[in-house]
Amino acid sequence: MSTQEAQELLSLHHVVMEFKVSRRATVRVLDDVSFSVKEGEILCLVGESGCGKTTSGKIAAGLLQPTSGEVRFRGQNVWTADKATFRQYRRGVQIIHQDPYASLNPTQRVEDILSAPLLRHKIARNRREAHQQVLDLLRTVDLTPPEDFIKKYPHQLSGGQRQRVSIARALTLRPQFLVADEAVSMLDVSIRVSLLQLLERLRDQMGVAYLFITHDLAVAKYFAWEGRIAVMYLGRIVEIGPTPQIINNPQHPYTRALLSALPEADPKATRSKQRVHLRSLDVPSLLNVPRGCSFHPRCPLFEEGLCDGKVPELHAASNGVQVACHLNENEKVAA
Amino acid sequence: MAEATQTPYTLKVENLRVSYQAERGKVKAVRDVSFTLQKGETLAFIGESGCGKTTLGLSLIRLLPTTAAIEQGKIIYHHNGEEFDIVNLSEKQLRRFRWREFAMIFQGAQNAFNPVLRIWDQFWETARAHGETNKRHLRERVEETFRLVQLDPDRVLRAYPHQLSGGMRQRVLIALGLLLKPPLVLLDEPTTALDILTQRSVIDVLRDLKSQMSFSLILISHDLSLAAELADRVATMYAGTLVEIATVWDAYYRPLHPYTAGLIRAVPTLSGERQDLVSIPGSPPDLISPPTGCAFHPRCPYATDQCRQNTPTLIEAEPNHMVACWHWDEVAADGGARMKEQVEA
Repeated sequence: MSTQEAQELLSLHHVVMEFKVSRRATVRVLDDVSFSVKEGEILCLVGESGCGKTTSGKIAAGLLQPTSGEVRFRGQNVWTADKATFRQYRRGVQIIHQDPYASLNPTQRVEDILSAPLLRHKIARNRREAHQQVLDLLRTVDLTPPEDFIKKYPHQLSGGQRQRVSIARALTLRPQFLVADEAVSMLDVSIRVSLLQLLERLRDQMGVAYLFITHDLAVAKYFAWEGRIAVMYLGRIVEIGPTPQIINNPQHPYTRALLSALPEADPKATRSKQRVHLRSLDVPSLLNVPRGCSFHPRCPLFEEGLCDGKVPELHAASNGVQVACHLNENEKVAA
Repeated sequence: MAEATQTPYTLKVENLRVSYQAERGKVKAVRDVSFTLQKGETLAFIGESGCGKTTLGLSLIRLLPTTAAIEQGKIIYHHNGEEFDIVNLSEKQLRRFRWREFAMIFQGAQNAFNPVLRIWDQFWETARAHGETNKRHLRERVEETFRLVQLDPDRVLRAYPHQLSGGMRQRVLIALGLLLKPPLVLLDEPTTALDILTQRSVIDVLRDLKSQMSFSLILISHDLSLAAELADRVATMYAGTLVEIATVWDAYYRPLHPYTAGLIRAVPTLSGERQDLVSIPGSPPDLISPPTGCAFHPRCPYATDQCRQNTPTLIEAEPNHMVACWHWDEVAADGGARMKEQVEA
């Protein structure tokens, strides 16, 4: 192996996550989810609400322990590793939440928010050092001049500025991996792009890898063009591969349906789009996931006896794409 | 056509000004907005949060909160040869006017229903308030509208709101809004918070309805792709003012206002290669003391002293293309390219 090749940084192996919903019933939110992210790589998780993308993000960030399966950071299983390794993992992986109005403590000034982790993890030895580092962090996220922001409370900042503070907070421990959970979804379009460009710059300058979670495939395409996209449906990854392949040549019927359903900010393109018609509009409940391929009640290509039998596994299709569809296995999916 | 000289309109708004009373002062949420909604057309209002588009919608149907007031302006409603100013309607007149003539479908379909009433009872209450006395007659009409929005009446009418999915609730709400066949409908963010496939079904339903029932539609949305999909004309709002009104084609392919040009270049698309995007520097202004001159000047790469001192008015720069910008000709000439340069600089 050449030294040029990026090392695997974080991976999930056959992760299952179940939550208790009543004394007897459990709901399986993630079912056999595996993926890995290399250093400096971008992996986008896309899918509709309830597909398990946020849970996957929380598991990757170590905020949730999976029911079964492994989370590995630099090859080590983090939940069986010793304390020092676990601490290293928690420092190396940080999360940016969706809602900058809820994720910052309203009673703390920007300086307190950012210096707490610096002092706690002894990255800064004293308050004065922390102050300097906070100023640097604010410059990194383009909150300039930083002196203007350091004494402010979150309510004195706009949504975009707050999200920059959240990003700065995620950067305090100099992580190698950031989980960005719908990090730009709540922001207005005119400032969304500048935030995405900031995240991109952090990757170029600091080599940060991303697990970028979004429901917006156009944002995924823009942000992860050089990376990969994983499409999730009802707790499983149904298709994963290089972004241009997923966007321009989707294999799974669900991915095709999503892409064809999305309206676009281009009147000609959006009005002339070929639509995939689903057999049902109802999303099945996670308490009662359909047998076999969980997409089969809605899938336009459904074949009785095949799709409602066995659960399809991810298998290699063309151009580095993996897809979990029985019809694709038999190469019956023709465009 | 006999009336070829004058296109029939549904709504004509003139110099509308709406303000909120806040502790720090008056928030000028809608500032001298004028536009005409043609009969049967879909006019989309786009703009970012806080630009005044929802306030504008609420004032059109006179549902502003008590802290807000219409300070000046006219909202002329026209239907079947009758014409009146909505601003002057009394509460009693408004009660009859709303829903029958002008239905508003709000964002957040989960909050629009009474949670302890079955869907049928919500329809019955609404219809009864507007003079319906015959349940069988109503049932027929409900079934007809449910077919249009692709809902199963037997199942849905017996359900409580919480038993329906978000997309179904949104479609029920659309059906409820259209129940009395109003000539004018206002939709505020109809697909926000819906999943992609559900959003598609709502968009398709709206398009079908438009082709089958001829109502005029005002669409309020921050989502430029929704406007691209449904609108005939697009109105861009910024800081409480209307800065551009154009056909959907001109708005997306030949915007004359730098802000519209910037917004359109800020949204990623799915088709084709990955394109470069633009972000508009700065943030929207404080509406208590908006900037002098053109409110967009602090963020605009085309701004000159003229923009800082004088407020541009909405003029017909090109046929059927209104814009409020001193430098629209420069934007037209370079296709809004300067919005992009600024980011790279």
